[in-house]
Amino acid sequence: MNINLTMIGQLIMFAMFTWFCMKFIWPPIVAAMDERKKRIESGLIAAERGLSEHKEAQQKAQEMLNQSKDQAAEIIANAGRQASTMVEDAKDVASQEAGRIKTHAQAEIEQEANRARNELKDQVSDLVMQGVNSVLAKEVDAKVHKDMLGKLSQTL
Amino acid sequence: MASENGLIASGDYIKHHLQNLTYGQNPDTGVWELAHSAAEAKEMGFMAFHLDTLGVSFILGTLFLLLFYRVGQKMTADTPTGIQNFVESIIEFIDENVRGSFNGKNPMVAPLALTTFIWIVLMNTMDLVPVDWLPYLASLLGIEYLKVVPTTDPNATFGMSIGIFILIIYYSIKEKGAGGFAGELLFHPFGKMMLPFNLFLEGVNLIAKPVSLALRLFGNMYAGEMIFILIALLPFWIQWSLSLPWAIFHILIVLLQAFIFMTLVIVYMDMAHQKEH
Repeated sequence: MNINLTMIGQLIMFAMFTWFCMKFIWPPIVAAMDERKKRIESGLIAAERGLSEHKEAQQKAQEMLNQSKDQAAEIIANAGRQASTMVEDAKDVASQEAGRIKTHAQAEIEQEANRARNELKDQVSDLVMQGVNSVLAKEVDAKVHKDMLGKLSQTL
Repeated sequence: MASENGLIASGDYIKHHLQNLTYGQNPDTGVWELAHSAAEAKEMGFMAFHLDTLGVSFILGTLFLLLFYRVGQKMTADTPTGIQNFVESIIEFIDENVRGSFNGKNPMVAPLALTTFIWIVLMNTMDLVPVDWLPYLASLLGIEYLKVVPTTDPNATFGMSIGIFILIIYYSIKEKGAGGFAGELLFHPFGKMMLPFNLFLEGVNLIAKPVSLALRLFGNMYAGEMIFILIALLPFWIQWSLSLPWAIFHILIVLLQAFIFMTLVIVYMDMAHQKEH
């Protein structure tokens, strides 16, 4: 239990050990631990950001889905409207066309009838002339009667 | 142990266990040699070394440094495994303590606390090795004396506490300036009129730090070792009934004393770094 040079030896040893520890042991261990701390921190931040981004994307997707649904509904409504107007238009056109064709046909019929009537009139007058000719050939001056009949046919 | 011979034998046994292996200068012949008795060792006075204290503490300190150095070189910031976990938990524990008690900025304090703590734990732990094993092995090798627990040698504890004392004075002067440090010693706590009294008070305060550090550790470990030696005097078949409970209790003391020493080192360093009183 004597106090002696051991004390000095121990002091020197203590100083050396502390120096070694400070120089070669503490820094690398603490540096690695700090780096891990930083990595974990940034990892957590990234995870949180990813989560919020995911939520945002989901929201956006939902929005887009809703929008497209609206658009589709609009398009369908438009198409329906357009189809009905087209049908209406077609009906109009068809009825107009029908009217036009009808009037045309009527006009043609009338024309034809007129022409037939005129022809008939001519033939009747010819026939009458022939008959009268043959009846009156002997008694009546043909020339006088022809003038007279001509006048008659003109008044017809 | 009833007979007188038995008493003498057990007294010798205890003394033998408490004697360091001393290498010193023989005062009569002036030759450096191993002391062959306690009296011879005493005569050598200051010019002597306790080879067992120095050797064991050097081996333990080197073990600590090698282990931690290896781990430090292999450190990864990825998932730590095995021994790295162990080392990291110690480092974190020390770091927390330093952050909690030390407010200055000095990269030396944390490694100092680490070295102090681990080294003292290891030296104290030698107390848990059964008291006769290592001395018996040594005697087979022809070594007469061997005291295996360095912290039961006041030289070891004073050596460390004097180191701390030097650091306290160095950082006090560095941080506060020589004038500031002197002012602290002379003008506190009672102002200029009570200067001698102040000096006495603060001087005692200052000196008490290393002395109490060293004596507390030494006293605790010495007493613990003493009880182990006394238990070892009992018949071998009954020793376990006392040595086991005491060893279990001693684990607490081993860690507690190291922790107290470390905490006080941190606190003293903090006080040395504080600019305002």
